[in-house]
Amino acid sequence: MSARPVRPVRPISDTEIPIQDRALENLRFIRDTMEHAGPFTAVPGWGGVAMGVTALGAALVAQAQPTPERWLLAWIAEGWLAFAIGGVAMVRKAGLGSTPLTSRPGRRFVLAYAPPLLAGALLTFALYRAGLTGLLPALWLLLYGTAVVTGGALSVRVVPVMGTCFMVLGAIALFAPVAWSNGLMALGFGGLHIGFGIWIARRYGG
Amino acid sequence: MAKSNAARQTAGGKPGASKRLEAIAGLKAAAPAELDRLIHERLRLGVVSALAVNPSLSFNELKALLKTTDGNLSVHARKLEDAGYVQCTKSFEGRTPRTEYRLTAAGRRALEDYLEHMEGLIRMMRG
Repeated sequence: MSARPVRPVRPISDTEIPIQDRALENLRFIRDTMEHAGPFTAVPGWGGVAMGVTALGAALVAQAQPTPERWLLAWIAEGWLAFAIGGVAMVRKAGLGSTPLTSRPGRRFVLAYAPPLLAGALLTFALYRAGLTGLLPALWLLLYGTAVVTGGALSVRVVPVMGTCFMVLGAIALFAPVAWSNGLMALGFGGLHIGFGIWIARRYGG
Repeated sequence: MAKSNAARQTAGGKPGASKRLEAIAGLKAAAPAELDRLIHERLRLGVVSALAVNPSLSFNELKALLKTTDGNLSVHARKLEDAGYVQCTKSFEGRTPRTEYRLTAAGRRALEDYLEHMEGLIRMMRG
């Protein structure tokens, strides 16, 4: 019985791949590794400042509303406005930098950031229907803070710190008199956004 | 620095490969400098690239990121450390040992040189 000749299994040698293809592949590998390893740095500082300014305005408007429904409408309008400002600012900053929103860190940031906000929107509806609008400021501050902490865990260190500050204010709002609501909202969505926004803008490029 | 110098071999690790490239392109003056073989190896290139975008990374973070084994990462990280490209700090978190790596200035420069080398090769072959 004659044995079949053994064909050595060998990798494709370097000489069979064009040099520029190997160089391109190496550059691609470096870029992919950096993209996977790097933090998400497109949290907008100046966008946060703008969100803070509109929140301060919204607090004044909400304070002047005669009914809980109109108070709620004022803050919901502010929520949408802030969402639009933050979204545009983040897309713009991501486009200018090296971590676009479609990159892995960008996608992970959005995936970590969005669920607490969606839960907040649903609970807002449920608490309003139950007539518990007094709990909404605490809920918003706590869940927005949670979103910033979870999303910020994949970003630079100052972002989760900001989220923690929101959560602390939320915890205070939970037990504070209802009359403090607008003040705590102004302090959180206004003051924290402006303060941390300036810090992020100066330290992390806009 | 003997190890560092030893690591700097010619392209593809084959003596004369750079000269062949020069001959092919006919551009001896514009040919890229010698390839840094030390970070040309895929896992070591991954370690250096990952550390370039982070102030520091732990052994376990690098292992998960580069999808490799303890032994493999350990060997390659040691080579980078010996060459002075990464700095390794060992400490304890409670009772658990923690090994943390940082890219040194020499390591960052080596990565920049490597990137330039790759871009130079592409330019040369297309030109």
